[in-house]
Amino acid sequence: MTANEVALSYLAASVLFILALRGLSHPRTARRGNLLGMVGMALAIATTFAITNRIDMARLGIGIGAVVGLIVSRRVQMTQMPELVAAMHSLVGLAAVLIAFAVVNDPSAFTLDVPIPRGNRLELFVGTSIGAITFSGSVIAFGKLAGLGKYSRLFSSAPVVFKGQHIVNLLMALAMIAAGLGFVASPPEGEWTPFVVMTAIAFVLGVLTIIPIGGADMPVVISMLNSYSGWAAAGIGFSLNNSMLIIAGSLVGSSGAILSYIMCRAMNRSFFSVILGGFGGAEGAVASGVQQKAVKSGSAEDVAFLLGNADSVIIVPGYGLAVGRAQHATKEMADKLTKKGVNVRYAIHPVAGRMPGHMNVLLAEAEVPYDQVFEMEDINADFGSADIAFVLGANDVVNPLAEQPGSPIYGMPILEAHKAHTVVVNKRSMAAGYAGVDNPLFYMDKTMMVFGDAKKVIEEIVKALD
Amino acid sequence: MDSTITNLTVFVLAIFVGYHVVWNVTPALHTPLMSVTNAISSVIIVGAILASGSTKSGVGVLLGTIAVALASVNTFGGFLVSLRMLEMFKRKEPEPGPRTIKQQPPTVH
Repeated sequence: MTANEVALSYLAASVLFILALRGLSHPRTARRGNLLGMVGMALAIATTFAITNRIDMARLGIGIGAVVGLIVSRRVQMTQMPELVAAMHSLVGLAAVLIAFAVVNDPSAFTLDVPIPRGNRLELFVGTSIGAITFSGSVIAFGKLAGLGKYSRLFSSAPVVFKGQHIVNLLMALAMIAAGLGFVASPPEGEWTPFVVMTAIAFVLGVLTIIPIGGADMPVVISMLNSYSGWAAAGIGFSLNNSMLIIAGSLVGSSGAILSYIMCRAMNRSFFSVILGGFGGAEGAVASGVQQKAVKSGSAEDVAFLLGNADSVIIVPGYGLAVGRAQHATKEMADKLTKKGVNVRYAIHPVAGRMPGHMNVLLAEAEVPYDQVFEMEDINADFGSADIAFVLGANDVVNPLAEQPGSPIYGMPILEAHKAHTVVVNKRSMAAGYAGVDNPLFYMDKTMMVFGDAKKVIEEIVKALD
Repeated sequence: MDSTITNLTVFVLAIFVGYHVVWNVTPALHTPLMSVTNAISSVIIVGAILASGSTKSGVGVLLGTIAVALASVNTFGGFLVSLRMLEMFKRKEPEPGPRTIKQQPPTVH
């Protein structure tokens, strides 16, 4: 293949990647988009094979990766998607670092001049450091999401904070940049030392930046690491002068950045306050005076009676629903109600679940049709005319305090469940949510609490509906 | 013109394309978006294949081959798990009633 043919086929692959993302604008076109992405990747790999001297080892590597990828993609549970995504980010980060080491080891193999020109060195430094931070940061995020806190404090879902943390991080970052610039300026015979030192510091920095971030902020962290993995790929693309890598990396990088922004907005937190960490610790409930307030609680039969006589019901699922694996029971309940002529809809808050869009996937897995599932801005106006808002394992995202100036969560966009005619809340106990703020919704006159495990309660409701 | 400037041009334009395409993604598909972008970022495998196949030293081949294996976990895992998720997103099926049965043409052998 001539250099021009290679460039053209890489361009075609880049276009296919853009089309893959565009397909995701609607569930109807999404599968075709995913297919186009696969074709683009196959084209990229085939083209690279055509310009590589020996492909036996690469084929072996792909074979191993394919088997692992195939098994993982079949076995993973939808509740485990955040862990899987974090693990995949770490692989991209580590691959970027390994490629960078191979480039420094033998630049001519990548059609770079020897010694490596300054510009490419600078790009290698940026790509490698982001890759290393992505790798170790994602490993920590994976541990936190997979609940490995019992094996090491590093993986604890509570924020790990120590005195002078921000200063330490800042000094580490400066040291990393100094070593990186040392690599850029170094003579060819002395390039390894600053390069290795820079990479090592980046690995540590990745760990240090993620440990202070608590479990509640995981949707932001995972989006941020998604973004980093893209920038790492783009950085390697710069150093290899490969436009396809730059394009694909930028697409991923901007995607992750946008998702981080959406998640921060949905929690009404600034990106920097998330990054600095320390939020969502075990501070416990704030105000104590409210605990004496009485709540009305009812049985599953009471709820079944209310639901069966309603005209319209809006279900607000939270992460508690997923943890209790109650999606399927909920779908069964919704089907029974639909048969009785009740209009059942689902309202999804952007941070319901542990990663962007997680709750939609969990409901889709339970075969809830996507045209019954509504985003916050599309359904909030309808709560006022709904007979029942049924809150399942959600807390902060329906807290009306968010509309009250001066409250700790003031300004956070919420699902306006409190505007429904009657509110039913299923919760395990009266514990506060991640934000540690009490929820006045539970004490309203029109609210009925049903305590207990989500799955058990809903199964009882299903039985009572017959 | 320096190749770095060309790269930078591509980079800046690609960010704009990414920005506009991603804002159009429906929030319901944000999880598949992440797994698809995971798969797309594994295009870094291109650099890994060059490392494993074109470097002269054994170290380079080893580094490259490991990187190929790591990246291809993402390639296959990312696209396949996205496919699995996207297949779950279904519309509400129309209620199967006698009318739909009548509409089907009779099978002729």
